[in-house]
Amino acid sequence: MVNPSNKRKFKILVVGTGLAGASAAASFGELGYEVEAFTFHDSPRRAHSIAAQGGINAAKNYQGDGDSVHRLFYDTVKGGDFRAREANVHRLAEVSVKIIDQMVAQGVPFAREYGGLLANRSFGGAQVSRTFYARGQTGQQLLIGAYQQLARQIGLGNVKLWNRIELVDVVTVDDKCAGIVTRDLMNGEVQSHAGHAVVLATGGYGNAFYLSTNAMACNVTAAWRAHRRGAAFANPSYTQIHPTCIPQADDFQSKLTLMSESLRNDGRIWVPKDADETRPVAQIPEDERDYYLERIYPSFGNLAPRDVSSRAAKRAVDAGQGVGPLKNGVYLDFAESINRLGLDTIVERYSNLFEMYERITGEDPRESPMRIYPASHYTMGGLWVDYELQTTIPGLFCIGEANFSDHGANRLGASALMQGLSDGYFVLPYTIAPYLSDLLNKPIPETTHEAFVTAEKEARDRFQGYLDIGGTKGPDHFHRELGRIIWDYCGMDRSQIGLEKALAEIPALHAEFKKDLRVTGSGSSLNQTLEKAARVDDFFELGILMCQDALTREESCGGHFRSEHQTDDGEALRNDDDFAHVTAWEWSGNPSEPIEHREKLEYEVVHFATRSYK
Amino acid sequence: MSNLSNINLKIWRQDGPDSQGRFETHQIPEISDEASFLEMLDILNERLIEEGKEAVVFDHDCREGICGTCSLMIDGQAHGPQRGTATCQLHMRQFDSGAEIVIEPWRASAFPIIKDLMVDRSPFDRIVEAGGYITAPTGGAPDANLIPIPKPVADASMDAAACIGCGACVAACPNGAASLFTGAKISHLNLLPQGQAERYKRTEAMVEEMDSHFGSCTNHGECEAACPKEISIDNIATMNADYARSKFKNRKALSR
Ligand SMILES: Cc1cc2nc3c(=O)[nH]c(=O)nc-3n(C[C@H](O)[C@H](O)[C@H](O)COP(=O)(O)OP(=O)(O)OC[C@H]3O[C@@H](n4cnc5c(N)ncnc54)[C@H](O)[C@@H]3O)c2cc1C
Ligand code: SF4
Ligand code: FES
Repeated sequence: MVNPSNKRKFKILVVGTGLAGASAAASFGELGYEVEAFTFHDSPRRAHSIAAQGGINAAKNYQGDGDSVHRLFYDTVKGGDFRAREANVHRLAEVSVKIIDQMVAQGVPFAREYGGLLANRSFGGAQVSRTFYARGQTGQQLLIGAYQQLARQIGLGNVKLWNRIELVDVVTVDDKCAGIVTRDLMNGEVQSHAGHAVVLATGGYGNAFYLSTNAMACNVTAAWRAHRRGAAFANPSYTQIHPTCIPQADDFQSKLTLMSESLRNDGRIWVPKDADETRPVAQIPEDERDYYLERIYPSFGNLAPRDVSSRAAKRAVDAGQGVGPLKNGVYLDFAESINRLGLDTIVERYSNLFEMYERITGEDPRESPMRIYPASHYTMGGLWVDYELQTTIPGLFCIGEANFSDHGANRLGASALMQGLSDGYFVLPYTIAPYLSDLLNKPIPETTHEAFVTAEKEARDRFQGYLDIGGTKGPDHFHRELGRIIWDYCGMDRSQIGLEKALAEIPALHAEFKKDLRVTGSGSSLNQTLEKAARVDDFFELGILMCQDALTREESCGGHFRSEHQTDDGEALRNDDDFAHVTAWEWSGNPSEPIEHREKLEYEVVHFATRSYK
Repeated sequence: MSNLSNINLKIWRQDGPDSQGRFETHQIPEISDEASFLEMLDILNERLIEEGKEAVVFDHDCREGICGTCSLMIDGQAHGPQRGTATCQLHMRQFDSGAEIVIEPWRASAFPIIKDLMVDRSPFDRIVEAGGYITAPTGGAPDANLIPIPKPVADASMDAAACIGCGACVAACPNGAASLFTGAKISHLNLLPQGQAERYKRTEAMVEEMDSHFGSCTNHGECEAACPKEISIDNIATMNADYARSKFKNRKALSR
């Protein structure tokens, strides 16, 4: 513990002001720590968290349907395919109830029933209704809530905000985290910041696939730079491919748009039985449609978990049963619900999603079914952290999507917001104290320390280096090519042959990047091309580690599906004897030769079971 | 799916906050109507980089109409021609072959241009910091279902809370006023039972902070028309009424 009057003697640097970072920075500020918060966005009101649509889980049991902390805990461990750390997940489930109280107190306008009490919906992988939501804009409302608490602390002078500032390196002195090096996006200025502890809340790396549902700015740089300075990276191959996104329309597509999983409460997924079907949707008779999720997984049906639903969609499309102009989607059909509940009810539930779909595709989901297909969405892997959310670098903590902690090999819907807020509001503000208390009244290295000076120089040289290559192609070209390799070989279906191919192709493309990249403009004024180049550079090295991790994990679990390891009916085949562990990779200096460490997963409460949603 | 051809773009270029700006003309010979407006700019930028020229700077992030980062004046309209749609959700099917499209940044004295099409909207943050919150320190919140909130109240609060902080209202306003943005935040919080304790203090602080950055509202209503979230102008009335009351309340408190 750190006593209240001593808290102001500690400076905490929080990098990232999404749900996890904003809630942590605000809580540290309230507790009395000296806080500096960094974001490369123009304002902490903008972060990828804002795009979350569907909702946030909590074991409130307001619906009286038998929910409990234990059930949420169990669902999460099972949903993660028994690859998460039990203690962390239990803590998450316990804290979940407090999050809803906290957010309501802050003024988050969650959906309500006519009696004025909070409403809930169901999400994939659960048989209870425990998801709280604010129309289709839950992430927005939660982030605005956390942002407002942070804004209050900024206004009070307890938190100093650095916006449009990007972390470009992490600095260690005597094997402890001493601070960070940042680059000011406005003018390219590189600067050091020293603190007693650094918190990374910098989000996930789903954009390694190029096309994903993540916001355009999401990247791995902060976590990757920490990794290069000694923080272990855990389970990088655990990536989540979300089943319900709008299919790619053409080659220059810049990102994919998610259609919230909550739609699966009222939408039925199907493809025509006949691969050569050419009739318009309305003319395909009921008995010539394959409602494949309802058929294969009768007890969960259209609410089967994400990994299971995604693979089923891929199988249908690979079998030629895909729908739409490019035959690259499956139908999500609301006709039956509209008949049963009326158009108004369905539109009230999903109006903004329906509008969003119509804007993008020009088609009206009230009249014809949506077309959807899986896309990269979330990354369960991330920096390895202990129970106190500390990385392998003492003094460097990691929260939110950027760490690996709670979701195992697959995250259940509506659990990321829960984890980010749990880490930021209720866990880290307490678990950081033991580390800090040892530093009381001891001097910490200042930014004039040679470790900072060297790191600054390296950063300046690195950015100048991108400008100096003078090749022929911009960073987007390389990102697109890299994404294609990772999607093809380390996406929904992975094999030894494919992964080995990727492990040869990625370094080759990276070498070409270093020779043929072209960044126009200068390093001393705002330059989005240069920002992008640095982020893509880090994605290359991460891509190699993702494939290496996928190759090493000789089993199928959650989002990681190895085609060599499947049951006769094509379901994932886990190997608990050899792989019930977290793989934490250490940087060796050579991206192609990472050093493997294993943390064995011990289960005291939960027993291994084959995950079945049939 | 079909293609548009011969799109002419007139794009505002400006090297920095203090530089002189200018229009630059670029041709897009062919583009699919499935492309989004920003994807068209991506394509242009990749071409510019390959030609050794500097890419056009513009703000964007989610590309789903929710983060409020994108901010383009398209043919003189904030976020372009489609109602209730942010720039990033605009698709080329809204335009015709041969169109000339003028692209500019938000123009408002409170939002200085950073570079090309990117502006600085941080005065919005100052308004929120002044009082756009409910004081609810972490921990110690009562059970969420303790205070039932009638659905119509929760819905009205949510309608106001849907604001994405993009600044189109300011850009569209002839006076560069921020009343719609500020009014939306005030309504979101002031409508809720949790927001009552600080209601008047909040309103007073936010309005006064707003006035120190932005022009004053003279009820043109351009803001509502430009708003991608169709935030209602009624929120401005709510703000004004609560602001008037805040003065009254404070005076009463002082005299006590
Ligand atoms: C479309 C979509 C819908 C989703 N829907 C749901 C849902 O319904 N329910 C749910 O539970 N989850 C959902 N998720 C997942 C969830 O939104 C995210 O996992 C979560 O919000 C991540 O929060 P975060 O705070 O960890 O990171 P982010 O919100 O990504 O924030 C990252 C922060 O770090 C900053 N940053 C990053 N790198 C740097 C750097 N180098 N220097 C400085 N700053 C940096 C950014 O500026 C930003 O402030 C959804 C995700 C997507 C893509
Ligand atoms: S009120 Fe509308 S136009 Fe103004 S900032 Fe909010 S969303 Fe944008
Ligand atoms: S880019 Fe997020 S609203 Fe347009």
